[in-house]
Parts: sequence; structure tokens; C-alpha cells
Amino acid sequence: MKELTKEDELLGLKEPNKNGHDMPRAVISVLGEDKVGIIATLSRVIADYQGNIVQINQNIIQGMFSMIMIVEIDKLSVNFEEFKHSLESKREELGVRVVVQSEKVFRYMHRI
Amino acid sequence: MALEFDEILETIQMVQMQNLDIRTVTMGISLRDCGHPDINVFCKNIEEKILSYAGNLKATVEEIEKEIGIPIVNKRISITPIAIAAEAVQAEDYTPIAVTLDKIADQVGVDFLGGFSALVQKGFTRGDLRLIKSLPKALASTNRVCASVNVGSTKAGINMDAVKMMSEVIKETAELTKDKDGIGCAKLVVFCNVPEDNPFMAGAFHGVSEPEVVLNVGVSGPGVVRAVLEKHPEVSINEISELIKKTAFKITRMGEMVGQMVSRRLGIPFGIVDLSLAPTPAIGDSIANILEEMGLERCGTHGTTAALALLNDAVKKGGSMAAHNVGGLSGAFIPVSEDAGMIEAAQLGALTLDKLEAMTCVCSVGLDMIAIPGDTPMETIGGIIADEMAIGMVNNKTTAVRIIPAPGKKVGDGVEFGGLLGYAPIMPVHQFSSAKFIHRGGRIPAPIQALRN
Repeated sequence: MKELTKEDELLGLKEPNKNGHDMPRAVISVLGEDKVGIIATLSRVIADYQGNIVQINQNIIQGMFSMIMIVEIDKLSVNFEEFKHSLESKREELGVRVVVQSEKVFRYMHRI
Repeated sequence: MALEFDEILETIQMVQMQNLDIRTVTMGISLRDCGHPDINVFCKNIEEKILSYAGNLKATVEEIEKEIGIPIVNKRISITPIAIAAEAVQAEDYTPIAVTLDKIADQVGVDFLGGFSALVQKGFTRGDLRLIKSLPKALASTNRVCASVNVGSTKAGINMDAVKMMSEVIKETAELTKDKDGIGCAKLVVFCNVPEDNPFMAGAFHGVSEPEVVLNVGVSGPGVVRAVLEKHPEVSINEISELIKKTAFKITRMGEMVGQMVSRRLGIPFGIVDLSLAPTPAIGDSIANILEEMGLERCGTHGTTAALALLNDAVKKGGSMAAHNVGGLSGAFIPVSEDAGMIEAAQLGALTLDKLEAMTCVCSVGLDMIAIPGDTPMETIGGIIADEMAIGMVNNKTTAVRIIPAPGKKVGDGVEFGGLLGYAPIMPVHQFSSAKFIHRGGRIPAPIQALRN
């Protein structure tokens, strides 16, 4: 992209900021039928990519496994997309729904 | 402050079970510097201009969608009304411009492109007339181009010549797209007091006082509001208002966040969040169901207007706290074909055109996505438009008509548009004639409300 001028500033145009470094943490939520090894499998993937688990909340409600993990991802060895895909693709193997989202979503919605 | 487990769970439920999504990220682009007498040069100019800003829109929005795990359903573009941008073009038929826009939309990968539009509330320019005349063919030859014409305002009154013209355009557009039940009309809106920063289709365009380029975001989430009310079946009306306000705040925050993320990554300023509650044909994602949850047996019965007024006001109060800048239409939408609860109410006869008209007095927009019999006279459509415009003009609000006289269809039939546009049962219209009134021509003068200085 060409150099921004004074006029561009008045138009509100800025240098595009591509790197998504507004995302130090991710929330990983898991829901499905309980079985052996759900946490072990997912933790392995997280560790492999240098994610750091800072909080886990896990419950079994009427046989349903439910877990929410908060993971620091600022030192990931891969990009977010690959990290997300690696975890979410465990859904077949584990038979549970895995969703990886930026923590920002939850902060924005619930904190002013 | 650390996030609570319950808060995280609430958000996840909103997305996975209650259809929370961001309805649209719409990039508004000024085409005021594209004018040229030669239509081919003009088309080339607009293509270059739009591609220069919107080339990365789709990829950027999709990248953000993955990060946040919330669907962003549509990517759209709005442009300076073509009647203004193309005023200098020496051509009677603007259809080639619409075809170019369709091609650009396809190339950039946006779902819709809005702004094949004209603002004629006080009178026509030559460009306005050429645009309006080109509408039926332009809508029939394109898929993603949306058109709108503003025929009235509180400041100017109602251009009744334009009302008549638009009634003819609607009939002709339906006829030209009769193989698809008149779907061309679903991409055409007639407005009073049209907002210039609306991100929603079919009425979006980039207003003349808007900046060079801007990003506007429209949120959604009727399903979330309904689910919250469902959890509190016995509370008073005041409590309902509080619950809706809190929910609207949360929904709107998602729009604000997405707007800021897209803006930073593209280097393009963030305009507004449109606080609208926009239904989809998905079960439960319905405005009608919210009103029914409040205690009406069916949407359309007595009490519906009051319930909708409460909903609309609470959405605005909650939403306006959540965003830096609010704009667009901002209110609850009541498109019949796009709302499973509305469709059902209309089929049962609980919801009539007259009741819908009353409802438009207290919510955003107006008679939206309504199918009427194909043999409805042009003048009756004119009467429907004029009534709706009068409501907007007198009440200082936006009103609109998006109506489909479905060729060959009668009351009792239905039309299937598919996707977000849904299914519309044919609704009856009054049989007495409005012909003489519509053929008089002229302009309804601006109401006394216009004199505010």
C-alpha cells in the first residue's frame, strides 16, 4: 500500500493492521458425551503448540461432559487458525463438540 | 476481572442454540469521483474504485469470523446512489451499470451490493428519471444488486409522481421476474426518510454526506431475546423491558467488536452499528415469537402494536449503550417472509396488512417482504406506498415498502424465495380503488412538523 497522506488521515484511512495480536487468550469449550481421555487429548494438542492453560472448569451434568478452558495463546508456535483447526478436528475422535474462540468475545459481551 | 463460567456458557448458548449472529458487515464506498459521460468509462471507474477498497473485505471478515466463533452472515457493499454517481452518463438505460455492479459484487465475493438508488422526495433530476426507468430491467438482469428510491421525507413531503412511478416499476419488475415469483421486487425498497448509513439490504446505499469509505455493522438476535423471555414467563412488563435492554446490550457489543476489528485490519474507518433485531426464517429466530412470548396468542392480535413498541424501545435503549456510534435503521424488523412466526400468523389470518401498517408506526422500517396477489392494480400498490410514506413523514421516522405482487398468485397461495428471503403467503389487499387519488400526481407538501427552526 502507498504512503498515507495528511488527506488520508482526514478521510479516516489508516495503515491496515494485519496481525491479530489483540488475542492473548482463547476460550475452548467442549460439550458432549463423557469418555476417557477428553482432557488428556486436548491438553496434549494445546501443549504441543505452546498454549498455556490458565483455567479449567469441568462438569458432568446428567452424563454430559462440559468443559471450559481458558488458554494463553500469545506464544503459540502456529497461527490461530491452525491451532483452532487442530483442536476442533478432534471432535470426531472424541465424539464431543469442541469450539475455540477468542476470549475477547466474552470480555466484550460481559465487561464494560 | 476474570470471566465467570456462567457468562462464558451464556455466550456459547446464544451462538449455538439461539441463532446469535452478526448479520452484516457493510462497506460504504463513495462513487462521487467516478462520473463520466461515456457509460463504459463510468463502469470501469466504479469497478476500479470499489475493488481498491473492498478487495480484502471478504477474506478479512472471514478471518475474524473464525477467531470469534460467531457467524458473520453477510458481507455487503453500499455505494453512492447511482442516480447521483451516474448523472453525467449520456445513456438512457442504466441497466449496463447494474450489470457491472453485479459482476463486481461477484468478483469481490459480497452477498449483496446496494445503491442502485435515487433520492426524489422533492423532485427528479434527469439522472433520477433514467435510474427509475431502468429499474425493472436492471433488477431482472442482476442477482446481487439492490435498489431503493426515497420518495418522501418529513422535510420535503411526499412526491406522489414518484409514488405512482414506483408502483408501475414494482408491477413491471414482478412481471419481468415472474419465472421466480417476482423476486426482483425483493431487491427494491421504496422509502420515506431513508437513513444514509444503513448496512441492511435491500435499502443500503452510501449517503452523500458519508465519508469516502466507511464500515457499518448490522447485528441480529431475535432468538436470543426470545430465549431470555422464555426463561422468565411470569415477570411484569417493566421486567420484560429490563431483560430486553440487557440482552440488546450484549448483542450490540458483538457488533461493536466486529466493527472495530474489521476497521483496524483494513485501515478503514468504522461508521455505525445498526441496532436492528433482524429475524431469519430459522425456527425461533422470529420477532413474532418474541411478541407471542410476551403473552399474545398470535402476532397480529390486539396488543401487538404495544408489545412491539415496548420491544423496539428496549432494544434501542440497551443497544445505544453498547456502541460508540449508532445509526442505520436501528429497531426491530418485521419482514413477513423472513420470519417464521410472521408467516404462520399471516397464514392463520391473525396478521393482516392493516395490522402490519399499524405496527410500522412503532418499529423500524415498514411493510417489508409482503407478497400480494399478482393482479393487484398498480394504483392499489400506490395507495399502500402512499399510506406508509405518510406514517414516516408525519412521525419523523423511516418507513419503507418492499412488496411483491406475485404474478399469477392469489390469496391462499404462497411464494418461496429461499435462503434469508424465506417464504411469503399471499396476503389480501383492499378491493376498493385508490386510482383517482394516485393519478392526480403532484406532491404532498411537507407537514407542519418540518418547520422546526
